[in-house]
Amino acid sequence: MNDPVRSPDITTSLPPQIRPPKTRSQPGFSRTGLLFLALGVAGLCLPLVQFKANRIVLGEGFLLPAALPDVGWAIALLLALILGTALWQRLPLMPRLGLALLGLAGTVLALGFAAKGLVPQGNTIARAAPAAGFWLLCLTFALMAADALSRMGLSRPARWLALGLSLALIALCLGSGVLDQTSVMVEYAARADLFRRSLGQHLTLAFGSLAMALVVGLPIGIAIFLTPALRRGVLGALNLLQTIPSLALFGIMIPIFGWIAANVPGAAQIGVAGIGIFPALMALFFYALLPVVSNTLVGLTAVDPAVRDAAFGLGLTRRQVLLQAELPLALSVILAAVRIVLVQNIGLAVIAGLIGGGGFGSFVFQGLNQTAMDLILLGALPTIMLALVAGVALDLLVEAVSPKKGNQT
Amino acid sequence: MIARLLLALAALFLVAFLLSPESFAALFQPLTKNGAPPIYTQTALLSLTLSHLGLVALAVLASTIVAVGLGVLVTRPAGAEFLPLARVITSVGQTFPPVAVLALAVPAMGFGAGPTLVALFLYGLLPIFENTLTALQNLPPSVTEAARGMGLTRRQRLFQVELPLALPVILAGVRLTAVISLATATIGSTVAARTLGEVIIAGLLSANTAFVVQGGLIVGLIAVLIYEGFQLAESAAARRTGQRLSD
Repeated sequence: MNDPVRSPDITTSLPPQIRPPKTRSQPGFSRTGLLFLALGVAGLCLPLVQFKANRIVLGEGFLLPAALPDVGWAIALLLALILGTALWQRLPLMPRLGLALLGLAGTVLALGFAAKGLVPQGNTIARAAPAAGFWLLCLTFALMAADALSRMGLSRPARWLALGLSLALIALCLGSGVLDQTSVMVEYAARADLFRRSLGQHLTLAFGSLAMALVVGLPIGIAIFLTPALRRGVLGALNLLQTIPSLALFGIMIPIFGWIAANVPGAAQIGVAGIGIFPALMALFFYALLPVVSNTLVGLTAVDPAVRDAAFGLGLTRRQVLLQAELPLALSVILAAVRIVLVQNIGLAVIAGLIGGGGFGSFVFQGLNQTAMDLILLGALPTIMLALVAGVALDLLVEAVSPKKGNQT
Repeated sequence: MIARLLLALAALFLVAFLLSPESFAALFQPLTKNGAPPIYTQTALLSLTLSHLGLVALAVLASTIVAVGLGVLVTRPAGAEFLPLARVITSVGQTFPPVAVLALAVPAMGFGAGPTLVALFLYGLLPIFENTLTALQNLPPSVTEAARGMGLTRRQRLFQVELPLALPVILAGVRLTAVISLATATIGSTVAARTLGEVIIAGLLSANTAFVVQGGLIVGLIAVLIYEGFQLAESAAARRTGQRLSD
């Protein structure tokens, strides 16, 4: 009623390209299924696992049937069957998701057992690394699962549950020891302590810089909301900061904070340093400022003037209006900034590895230096996992605090 | 006005610095220690900049073609089935850290410009695709209806109505991609691509702040100029369709 552009009637007058596909002639098979089948078959035709005499040399690839002497053909057939069912358009979403997960499990188990079979008992130099076929199969089944999940239109609690269950499944898979003989896990086993420390550093970098950005950025955002004259200058400066390439910003922090630590009395005592984790933390903090400040401003500006007037009309002071009316209403936009910052900083924290700031980046760059693929994966995969989980979890949080449509006024 | 002037000055400084870096040596001298060279001379800064820009331009061009193509495809009836999947891929893909994508491309492609190009291309797809999708799905229904009522064929509607209307938003996606790629390409030099990151890394390795600053300065200035250039193009595209609509 109040918003005619978004009234539901509009869907019926939409041009055909935006209407759901059902109005078209039905091909009888699922087109996305065809894509999955093509990807999956390519995955089956590429080596599943690569056997290397040591961690650096190029290895010999094994297809799934060859990698698992007895049951290889059966598993390959099973995976192919699952891919085939994706073609069936009428297949309900729940079984579709189940089959995709079964395919994923089959692929991962096949890799684990193939690695156990290929690496001779007691040989600590040989490596069985996941190869192109494994990644392609994983991608295919993950896409199948994601496609089914997104079509289900799950409620928010169900999506939290799905996130929790997938994490539990991954933990189970890594904890059960099935994958222990694969190259990445071998690298992990050799560095379990270091890995835990790197995880701690990585989280410190991402969350520490976020916390600092919130502590500093929220007041700045509020200040430029209250004093519009400052907006241009502050946002311009922060925008400029954002254009400095991450590599250079990380690099510049070292001499700056090294100088401060050496010349400002008391700075070194409170932890300021030109080496270690501190310069990386500050670089991430500077990158995080713009999203926090600008979203705080946008969120506060977007508050309905009627709400503000009503609050003033109730006799609240400026401070009370800000704390009790405006900030709570701006919360979803500010949380959106938290999502942006967290995902971005988890990724950028990798660069800290290059300037001695620790984190998973140290594995990535060490791996690049030694051309040791498994080490690169040991750094890159957990980083991607962290970013993904942070992204999904914060999306759900943002949705939870967003004002529901049609519920306002 | 002042902003324009500053931009012009920045562009002028950039060109002058790239053509004759040595004349700015005094500017960077205070940043060096123990008589280290103030200007990176291992490779000419101009040639590094050109190779950096070439890499970014190639990647952005490829991502634009593929992403706009895919965006058009999933908004047609034949590709509508892919829409939910495409949405998931874009939102998930954008959480992938660019550095990780770059690192993962190395084993597949070896060292050099290859993995950088692939990582930039893949990562650049997402903002453009997302914007193409948003633009094509939020066209004013009255205009698309009118185009249909005029008897335009599907192809004519796409090329004469939908794409021109979507152009400003698509360009905004390309701008985002270009700026991200420009910064990510510097990391490419850790995998031996010839980019301005080489200067920064040389500075990091020899603790020469002058190198770090000049590498960062060049990339930053180019990013600002590209950003502003695209914004001009976007408003020009918006004006163009605005005029056409009022005709």
